[in-house]
Amino acid sequence: MHELAIVEGILDAALPEAKRHGASKILEIRLKIGELSGVIPECIEEYFSIAAAGTMAEGARIRVERIPVAIRCNGCGYEGETGKKRIRCPKCGGADFRLVSGREYYVDSLEVE
Amino acid sequence: MEIKVVKQILQWNEDVSRNVAALLKKKKVCLINVMGSPGAGKTSLITAIIAALRDKYRIGVIEGDIAGSIDAQKIEALGIPVVQLNTDGACHIEAMSIEHILPMFDLDSLDVIFVENIGNLVCPAEFNIGEDIRIAMLSVPEGDDKAEKYPLMFATSDCVVINKYDARDFFDFDDGRVERNVLDLNPKASVIRLSSRTGEGLDGFLGWLTPGIDRKIK
Repeated sequence: MHELAIVEGILDAALPEAKRHGASKILEIRLKIGELSGVIPECIEEYFSIAAAGTMAEGARIRVERIPVAIRCNGCGYEGETGKKRIRCPKCGGADFRLVSGREYYVDSLEVE
Repeated sequence: MEIKVVKQILQWNEDVSRNVAALLKKKKVCLINVMGSPGAGKTSLITAIIAALRDKYRIGVIEGDIAGSIDAQKIEALGIPVVQLNTDGACHIEAMSIEHILPMFDLDSLDVIFVENIGNLVCPAEFNIGEDIRIAMLSVPEGDDKAEKYPLMFATSDCVVINKYDARDFFDFDDGRVERNVLDLNPKASVIRLSSRTGEGLDGFLGWLTPGIDRKIK
């Protein structure tokens, strides 16, 4: 799986930020991951403990918040959440929409000392 | 202390995929990402497309495999420019690999490049490679539950090809279920049933594919 690439991406995002703020240790990394994403949080934690060894992120907790699938409906203008199995406008039932969230994964914030 | 970061984890891949897309826009080359499980029939479909369209378009192929060059040899035997990309264990192709490979082709003398992604329904879907068209393949023997189990690939593809359709009588495969699941996730997707082996359904697929290529290269 591609969790190692993801973990490296997490460290690439987190370490320079922590350094820039003069932190000596990263205690927690908070991720936001879309409901459509195939990323498995347990796998990330497993790889993270290996990849982070010897860095200031060693031992940091990974906290994952899932982001629900949301759309913007081109029919009625609705913008907001929808189901993740059947993606339709919940207001007008329309199938012409733009996906505005549900695919993302990004590092949202860090807890450092 | 809390630090707000808000950085895409795969930002580097997104950045490079935009570079690839920009280069191919300038060169008027259409990049087609073909994804699916091992054995879904990605090479056979690409081979069938080459046979049907090689007089109409100048075609190149990037063959992604974890190891070996069996598929690249098949394409090379057809006299089509091909580059083998071995990912050495990685489960997907990244945009950076495509960026490195493109200079190996003469882009001024190509219209279309097919990328045969690593056989896998999960990871390739997460990595854009600068493609114009995304095709997800599913074959009848794999079962009709795949769009439910691997939503991202089917939610983000332009076309879902159900291959080995000639074998449907031998398997408990409800293609209507696949189509419903795909359209639930991705109402703009085209779901096309075909058999690369017998050629059944191939004309319909080519009828879907060629307008997309023409839009890009003109």
